[in-house]
Amino acid sequence: MGLRRTVFLVPCIIFGVLAAYFAIGLTKNPHELPSVLIDQPVDDFRLVPIQGRPNPDREWGLQTRDFKKEITLLNVFGSWCVACRIEHPFLMQLSARGDIPVHGIDWREPDRASGPAWLKRYGDPYTLIGDDPDSRGAIAFGVTGAPETFLIDQNGVIRYKHIGPLNEDVWDNVFRPLIQKLENQ
Amino acid sequence: MKHIIFPLTFVLFFTSYLSVGLAVEPEEILDDPVLEERAREISAELRCLVCQNQSIDDSDAQLAKDLRVLVRDRLTKGESDDEIMSYIVSRYGEFVLLKPPFNASTYVLWIGPPVFAAIGLLVLFMTFRRNAIAHASSNNKQEAGLSEAEQKTLVSLLDDTGSKKP
Repeated sequence: MGLRRTVFLVPCIIFGVLAAYFAIGLTKNPHELPSVLIDQPVDDFRLVPIQGRPNPDREWGLQTRDFKKEITLLNVFGSWCVACRIEHPFLMQLSARGDIPVHGIDWREPDRASGPAWLKRYGDPYTLIGDDPDSRGAIAFGVTGAPETFLIDQNGVIRYKHIGPLNEDVWDNVFRPLIQKLENQ
Repeated sequence: MKHIIFPLTFVLFFTSYLSVGLAVEPEEILDDPVLEERAREISAELRCLVCQNQSIDDSDAQLAKDLRVLVRDRLTKGESDDEIMSYIVSRYGEFVLLKPPFNASTYVLWIGPPVFAAIGLLVLFMTFRRNAIAHASSNNKQEAGLSEAEQKTLVSLLDDTGSKKP
C-alpha cells in the first residue's frame, strides 16, 4: 500500500515543482539577460570620435584604456532610441554634478550627422563619446538594446549593468551604494 | 498524377517563400564560398538577441546583421569556428547558442527527458508484469481444482448444512 501511494505521489510532486519553476520563469522579461560580463575587464575596443565634437590630440573617441584610471559610467545611446530621450535629462543632471565621468557609445546612428545633431538639440552630458556604426563597441559590452549603462571600476572591470533608462531611483538605490563600495576598496 | 500536383505546389510555394525570407544581404556575402559556407553555419547556430527565437542568419534585426558581419570579419582573419563562437559566448553568455551545450548547468535539460521516459516505461512494465502474475496465479488455482478427498469433504459439508436446514 505504501509503495502504491509513493508511485502516485512522486509524479504529482515532480509536476508541482516543475509547474512552479516554469510559472516563475514566465513572469521574467526574456530581454533582461543577466550579463556574463560582470566582474570581467572591459574588452579590447576602440571607436572613432563622433563628428563636430572637440577631441584634442586624440585619434580615438573612446577605447579600452579610457576606463583604467577612475570609476566611470558607460552609457549606450542613439538618436533613434526613444527610451534614451526619457533618460537624457537625468544624465544631464549627473554630468552637471560632476561626481563621475559619463562616457558614451553612440550606437548605430543612421548617418554620421544624427548623433551630433541629437546632442546639440538636447545637450551633451558625455565626457568621451565613441561612434559605433557597426556595433563593435556594443558587442564588446554584450549590449542587446539601448539604453544600457555600465558601472566600471578604477581597474577597468565591469561591476554592474543597468538595462533601460537610468533615473534618480536606480541611481540612489543601486549605483550610489556600489560606487561607495568601490571607492572604499 | 493528380495526387502529386497538390503537394508539389505546396512544397514549391513554401520553398520560394524561404528564399525570399533570406536575411543575409548581398554586400555581406564573402567572395570565398568556403568561408561563406562556414559563416552561414556559424550564424545559424547563434541566437539573435533582439528577436530571440531567430538565429542571426534568419533575423533582419540590425544587431543580427552586425553580428553576421563580425563573424565574417573574424573568419577572413583566419579564426576558427570555435574561436568565433566562444568570443560571442564570452560577450552574451551561453544563451546565444541556439543549441545548448552539454555541461553541468544543462545536464537536467539533456538527460531529464530520457530519464523520465525510462522511469515511465519501467513503471508501465512493472504494472503489466504484476497484473500478468496475478492473472496467471488465479488461472492456476482454477485449473488445479480440488483433489478427490477435498471434493468429498466439500460435498459432505454442503449436504450437512443442507440437512440442518429446517
